[in-house]
Amino acid sequence: MTEPFVALGRWLLAALARLGRASLFGGRLCARLGTACRRFGLTLEQLYAIGVRTVMIVVVAGAFVGMVLALQGYYTLVNFGAESALGVLVALSLVRELGPVVAALLFAGRAGSALTAEVGLMKSTDQLAALEMMAVDPYRRVLAPRFVAGFISLPLLAILFSAIGVYGAWLVGVQMLGIDAGAFWGQMQDSVDFHADVLNGLVKAVVFGAVVTWIALYEGHDCVPTPAGVSRATTRTVVHGSLAVLGLDFLLTAMMYGG
Amino acid sequence: MDIPRNGVTAIMGPSGSGKTTLLRLITGQLTPDNGRIEVDGRNVHALGTDDLYALRKRMGMLFQSGALLTDLSVYENVAFPLREHTRLPEALIRQLVLLRLESVGLRTARTLMPAELSGGMARRVALARALVLEPEMMLYDEPFTGQDPITMGVLVTLIRAVNETLGLTSILVSHDVAETMSIADHVYLIAGGEVIARGSPAELQATRSPWVRQFLDARADGPVPFHQPGPAIDEELLGAARRD
Amino acid sequence: MVHRTTELTVGLFVAAGLAALVVLALQVSGLATLGAPRGYQVTAHFNEIGGLRERAPVKAAGVTVGRVTSIEYDTRGYRARVTLTLSSEYDNFPRDTIASIHTSGLLGEQFVSLDPGGDMDYLGDGDRVEYTESAVVLERLIGQFMFQQGRD
Repeated sequence: MTEPFVALGRWLLAALARLGRASLFGGRLCARLGTACRRFGLTLEQLYAIGVRTVMIVVVAGAFVGMVLALQGYYTLVNFGAESALGVLVALSLVRELGPVVAALLFAGRAGSALTAEVGLMKSTDQLAALEMMAVDPYRRVLAPRFVAGFISLPLLAILFSAIGVYGAWLVGVQMLGIDAGAFWGQMQDSVDFHADVLNGLVKAVVFGAVVTWIALYEGHDCVPTPAGVSRATTRTVVHGSLAVLGLDFLLTAMMYGG
Repeated sequence: MDIPRNGVTAIMGPSGSGKTTLLRLITGQLTPDNGRIEVDGRNVHALGTDDLYALRKRMGMLFQSGALLTDLSVYENVAFPLREHTRLPEALIRQLVLLRLESVGLRTARTLMPAELSGGMARRVALARALVLEPEMMLYDEPFTGQDPITMGVLVTLIRAVNETLGLTSILVSHDVAETMSIADHVYLIAGGEVIARGSPAELQATRSPWVRQFLDARADGPVPFHQPGPAIDEELLGAARRD
Repeated sequence: MVHRTTELTVGLFVAAGLAALVVLALQVSGLATLGAPRGYQVTAHFNEIGGLRERAPVKAAGVTVGRVTSIEYDTRGYRARVTLTLSSEYDNFPRDTIASIHTSGLLGEQFVSLDPGGDMDYLGDGDRVEYTESAVVLERLIGQFMFQQGRD
């Protein structure tokens, strides 16, 4: 009779405990941010591993998302004779929403899973313990540089995504479907605001970057140090990271454009 | 338990008896529920982070798997503690690293990556890394597990030689009886988290205690039963038949 | 310890990101064309501005000649005081120019339209546009229409 409630309670308590540990972990991470900036060489290596290696997928995805948006938008707008507003439609959706969100989802899949697997493997092969035994703080040496690299990378990736997407839409809209180039760019420039749209999109990307990297590093650091444990942690990073991005996107959008 | 300076103290016991846990307690990676651990007269678990790290610089630890950093070469792995803790010039670091690698016989393997090493080589590199800061105390966690006889021989010789030449205090955790008995000065036998027997290897060999005999002679049955505890098999089978 | 190629590719990555930001700023949001609008300011008072917003375009014959830079409520005249910043290359709007609020398309954005009059004097910085036409509010239009229907 009481079994379902016991299960529910147990699940909730476990979830709260995880959240607590993750917060503590995040706090320790933030306390070491200074080191990551002082020893920038370490962060630089991670910028390469996290950021540069994700560029390709983001560029390709951005181009195709822009092109599809242009195609879909055109066939809807042309019914109202408003196809010249295609630029606005594409640019606003990319800069405000799709750029940060899709880039963050790709980032969680490509870089987040790699981070979790890497840190999980370091834990399961005792590398983290060995660092501690050499009196080297793994938070400083391993985790903080990755965290900093994560939230520097994602905003750059998101901007790249949006910019490439706009040119993808230009290719389809202006070059293939014959929308007037002046109307395409002009209306876009009239309606897209640098502060309200571009910078807010950037703020979202910074938040997503920090959260996804935090989740990835936490899952890696907290995983059960066995092959099965590492692979479960990797899956959790992608699932929780993506859900966190979508949930936060709603909250941030409500805060930015609702007030 | 007391672990004397300048000697090899072995801690032996069956799997799950708390050997590795004990090592992690000594190094402050784990905190005990009760009791205290003192190293050099200082309670390890009452130290702050900085003091603990200072203490760890005087300890070296060899992990079961070696625990080399996978993205650094052999040379960089051994150089790692020097780069982290000292500001020595590159030329001096090179000398120190090559000397340490020479002493474990792997100077020429310095450009390899950890993934290219065999288990025994990885442990030797890890030993060189643990020794590069010249610790006063070395901890070995199961150094012989899963090694072929030749590698075991190499490791046994190395551990003994290192202890003699550097005047270290060594703590060795293992369940490989022959190798451990051959290099240890003092031996503790533990099981289920308790010290069962202690003494020099010769004293232990002379013991009559059935438990010690079972462990040292590797008998299948004895005080540690072959069967998992539980109801006897005839009872279980017949009981099931009776219920049906 | 850090390899040159790593540094190089990271450098390129950051440069590409910043370049994309510049593209978004200039090409997409048109920041350069209206960053700190240069020109001269005139004010216009309207009874009703409807959905007019700051930064809305000011057009003459459909060409954008400036922007709405501020909208305030004037408590003395109980009207909306709208400040328009007009580009200095269009400095010959006559004093009797009519400012009216229009909607682009049926549901589009609202903007201020300028219809030049015939006066020989031109509007200068700080001047006020005397003749204005308020925004058409759809509900009010429908209300009037129904009122007239009822009277007939």
